[in-house]
Amino acid sequence: MSNETNALAQIHRQIMWNRLIAVVEEQAQIMIRTAFSTTVREAGDLSAGIFDLHGRMIAQAVTGTPGHVNSMAESVGHFLKKFPTTVMRPGDHYITNDPWLGTGHLHDLTVVTPAFHDGQIVGLLANTAHVIDIGGLGMGPDGRSVFEEGMYIPIVRCFEQGKPNETFFDFIRAGSRLPVELEGDIYSLCACNDAAVHRLSEMMGEFEMTSLDPLAQFIFDSSRRATLAEIAKIPRGSFDNEIFSDGYDEPVRLSARMTILEDAIEVDFTGTSGLSPRGINVPPAYCRAYSCFGIKCVVAPEVPNNWASLEPFRMKIPEGCILNAPHPYPVSVRHVTGHLLPDLMMGCLHQVVPDRVTAEGSSSLWNPPLKGGSSVSGQARGNRPVVGDFEIITFNSGGTGARPGSDGLNATAFPSGVRTMPVEATENVAPIIIWRKELKPDSGGAGHTRGGTGQIMEIATKGDLEYAVNASFDRIAHAPKGREGGLEGGNGVVTLKTGKKLRAKGFQVIPDGDRLILELPGGGGMGDPTTRDPAMVALDVRDGLVSVENARTLYKVAVTAEGVVDSVATTTLRG
Amino acid sequence: MPSARLAVDIGGTFTDLALEHDGRLTTVKVLTTPSAPEQGVMTGVATILRQSGVAVGDIALVIHGTTLATNAVIERKGARTALITTEGFRDVLAMGNESRYDQYDLNIQLPEPLVPRHLRLPVAERLDNTGKVLTPLDEAGLRALIPILQREQVESIAIGFLHAFVNPVHERRAAALLAEALPDVPVSLSSDVSPEMREWERFSTTAANAYVQPMMARYLRRLESDLRAQGLVAPLFLMMSGGGLTTIETACRFPIRLVESGPAGGAIFSAFVARQCGLDNVLSFDMGGTTAKICLIDDGKPQTARTFEVARVGRFRKGSGLPLRIPVIEMVEIGAGGGSIAHVDAMGRIGVGPESAGADPGPACYCNGGTRPAVTDANLSLGRYDPTRFAGGTMRLDPAASHDALLAHVGARLGLPAEMAALGVVEMVDENMANAARVHAIESGKTHDNRTLIAFGGGGPVHGCRVAEKIGIRRVLIPSGAGVGSAIGFLRAPVAYEVVRSLYQRFSSFDVAGVNGLLNAMRDEAAASVSLGSFGAPVTETRIAYMRYVGQGHEIPVPLPARDLIEADVGLIRAAYDREYTRFYDRPVPGSDVEIMSYAVVVTTVVSDAAPMPTAPTGGADATPVERRPVRDTVTGAVSDWAIFDRSALSGGARIVGPAIVAEDETSTLIGPGWTASLNGLGYIEMVRESV
Repeated sequence: MSNETNALAQIHRQIMWNRLIAVVEEQAQIMIRTAFSTTVREAGDLSAGIFDLHGRMIAQAVTGTPGHVNSMAESVGHFLKKFPTTVMRPGDHYITNDPWLGTGHLHDLTVVTPAFHDGQIVGLLANTAHVIDIGGLGMGPDGRSVFEEGMYIPIVRCFEQGKPNETFFDFIRAGSRLPVELEGDIYSLCACNDAAVHRLSEMMGEFEMTSLDPLAQFIFDSSRRATLAEIAKIPRGSFDNEIFSDGYDEPVRLSARMTILEDAIEVDFTGTSGLSPRGINVPPAYCRAYSCFGIKCVVAPEVPNNWASLEPFRMKIPEGCILNAPHPYPVSVRHVTGHLLPDLMMGCLHQVVPDRVTAEGSSSLWNPPLKGGSSVSGQARGNRPVVGDFEIITFNSGGTGARPGSDGLNATAFPSGVRTMPVEATENVAPIIIWRKELKPDSGGAGHTRGGTGQIMEIATKGDLEYAVNASFDRIAHAPKGREGGLEGGNGVVTLKTGKKLRAKGFQVIPDGDRLILELPGGGGMGDPTTRDPAMVALDVRDGLVSVENARTLYKVAVTAEGVVDSVATTTLRG
Repeated sequence: MPSARLAVDIGGTFTDLALEHDGRLTTVKVLTTPSAPEQGVMTGVATILRQSGVAVGDIALVIHGTTLATNAVIERKGARTALITTEGFRDVLAMGNESRYDQYDLNIQLPEPLVPRHLRLPVAERLDNTGKVLTPLDEAGLRALIPILQREQVESIAIGFLHAFVNPVHERRAAALLAEALPDVPVSLSSDVSPEMREWERFSTTAANAYVQPMMARYLRRLESDLRAQGLVAPLFLMMSGGGLTTIETACRFPIRLVESGPAGGAIFSAFVARQCGLDNVLSFDMGGTTAKICLIDDGKPQTARTFEVARVGRFRKGSGLPLRIPVIEMVEIGAGGGSIAHVDAMGRIGVGPESAGADPGPACYCNGGTRPAVTDANLSLGRYDPTRFAGGTMRLDPAASHDALLAHVGARLGLPAEMAALGVVEMVDENMANAARVHAIESGKTHDNRTLIAFGGGGPVHGCRVAEKIGIRRVLIPSGAGVGSAIGFLRAPVAYEVVRSLYQRFSSFDVAGVNGLLNAMRDEAAASVSLGSFGAPVTETRIAYMRYVGQGHEIPVPLPARDLIEADVGLIRAAYDREYTRFYDRPVPGSDVEIMSYAVVVTTVVSDAAPMPTAPTGGADATPVERRPVRDTVTGAVSDWAIFDRSALSGGARIVGPAIVAEDETSTLIGPGWTASLNGLGYIEMVRESV
């Protein structure tokens, strides 16, 4: 009988683990449904999780984006340092947007809420969300310190035993261009934690639990064992890689030495460029988050995220490098640099498990913050009209790197998990016309498998009146590289329609009568392009994604524009 | 005067028929004939007429639902389709929302668009968001596409231009030009099929409509003529995904509205049962062989939505299918059915589904080649089924095969005996379904407080009690006829049509006359469609505005009065919005302007309401079991002798105290410990959980 009891206990632990993930998934869904910021509701830029009393993450919602997920996992410990569990009361909520204690820039709010059951504190719920406006310069690289980038919220109690801290909310409302949305978002973050606290208590009642610790230990043990088993499949050794980002006004080198140990993977970022005077610097938690994400996608994608499954991935980030920005360096668009880290990690892993990584991709999102009207052009005067006031940001992606067994994804976000907005919706909220948004031929890096193609956008205001872009684009001077003989993806291009080249980063004006052209990068190819199945090349040519010339010169396939392969000529070309 | 009504539901494996005549119901299941589905239908019709003794001339109405359109999209067996679209936007179908539905899977595959790039043909034209022409339609450029369409042997054409839902002038002109040159090729316009904002969803819906249109039109005409050849003179109606019926003419124009009509029938069946029994808050739980479908039913009406995903490539993952923007009954479908296969993951956790053994080879106990354990194997291993009585005794199950499969694939990996592995599998699948139901309620802004779970399908009655316990629901109802619920649901559906249009408005500048003009035109369109099949029956009209705070991501539906609006209404509508918003999100946002994105008008015939439920005899004695059998309880793990009852032998008012099982031909109803069951006045099994 005791065997059966043990068996039942084992099954119940599994069911409870499953339920705990459901609790945090409900937490994330409530946030999506109630948040005001379109970045949360439409784009899905958020995360949610539950932590033990030592600040270790036990479970995390499947819904969410990697930068938030892994850096939030570190954040709760900082809250506990300032507010130990002994001072926390039911109905309290704690908040920060400190880039160094949260998820890397002021636009991300993190809220932590103690969970009580039967009068005892049993755990902590946390979530993170990207809000639309936090005052300051707004999203963009131009700030020279974090003080210019927006309102700074240290870790404070925003609700005390269910009562809002009105002084805090007064400051919040006064400091944002969108006070209603910001306040609404904070209420929504607190409300979704409240719901999870309630659901957790129900669960503990149903399973007759008095503490989360035994369940947490079971989850940690199972996850660590599974992660270590996956690490053990990777041959030992140290592997170096470097990639370059365009930087603000000079290139940035990202260097890594990855060492695969028996029970851990360590990454040392020595050799990485120093800090930038502009907001492309990366706080260390964000560096760890995206590096860890890149490794985990390759090594142990099936293991759920928690303290134990993330712990074996350890980062050593030298002081003074751009990946370890100290306060008060500017960090607003840290994602432009940080999104390249999975490519950097996969370049190391490629040397040891080449059939499990992808080629480099476009990686950094191309999110142009656009703005027009009197703040750009002043008042209309005489016969010079000025476009109506607007501020808007759109999310767009280039191509992902080719995979070992399949082509990269065309115009798809990776590593970011965000979604784009429909053009029709964008044109309804701002006086702009997007004249073109479609795939860019010949931008996917040639290879045995092809890199995902980038895209071209042509953006104007109604009537082609003057407006401005706060550029934060990358992969213009440094195109995504291929692997195994695969070629580079197409690099990014930023120009005016009349031909003038624009800078990759910073505030720039598109004059009357002109339009902004964005050509987003394509992903790198994988493997020798002359080994690609000619039928696949022919399909790409017929679809207009690869030109007849590139088919001939890069893939060595003779094919007509209609996709008819000349096999004899192809054999000759391929020798 | 003919009065019988016949419903036909074509599913993947079976075609179900239900015939209602003189207050009696006859049901029949025949095999689906995929290559020519009308053959299976004709076999079924002949069978059901013979069994019921009804003459073909007595049939007054035929209602039909089918998965054919869905299957054509899933299996990519539709027409060779081209999309004519705005220059600069050739790749809307391929780019979607530029996201991945799985964050960690590097090898993720996204769904291929129904129209390949070389058949997505751009033409110069452009409107702005108000419908103003920025670039006129390039008619010469359009004519130049005609030889390409001919050379590529295109069988169906979709036209999708930006902002065409505001002003269809270019789409209509393009259609006219194409019709001159290609009179035999059907054309679907985005401004007709799905006239709403958001180009990806609209073009995707239009392309899917064009893709299934030729095949569905041919099939429906064939079916109609076969039925006529059998002497059937009754009109033929089609079940739509939104829960209403429509005529064959409308179905041939907008066949995309027929997807998922089977599950919609199931939800209507549940809603009817809810009305019969006077239940205001219901969770409909339909568990079949491959999936479980969950639907919230409040005040006797299934929850509806305007978007749906078809042909998900990522194993039921949200975001992995093609979006359709059509009126649908809102359901969550998860990969949890009797055939769902159990496994153990890298963390040593039991997982169930979404992979399914289906009907072939089926669970291991079918002894038909399946070696991996399915949910049915786990149920059998726990003692929940009589192996000699499965599917009315037509199929003998082998408990030893279940035992071996459970031990080999689950037990051995976790150090559990087969019976405990079975317990783990069943608990996990119940947990998954309960979690899906909880999250669905949250997404809908609702709770499960005081709901009744109505369980049907082959697996619903077996799992209903435990799923209810996990959600916190204390009442479960198992209606009769649960095996052909969808077909019965068809008989309860009204003739209805929903028209949706976008007209962007802010409250600060509300155009009363403009909105009235639009809503009245929408009403006329919906009423015209319904009048084809209502034969003068009384109709009702519902008007809804989809509204949100300026800049917010999601709209909420707010009812409007079904008449011309006057200026004084504007403030009332705004107040109604604040009320609805508070209901969803707890508090309104002071000081924010509100925008209206679109409107819906539904015209529907009035369905004669369910007759009041006869009172069940009270004080009935405890029912007598036909046998006792050892069954393992999934909560305690203990084995004890459970009483087994035969449903056909139960009489009204009979009372059963759990644990017990009520067996019938198509399924078994499990009454867990702590639950008490009785037959209500309609013969449905009603289970109540005692307070704990």
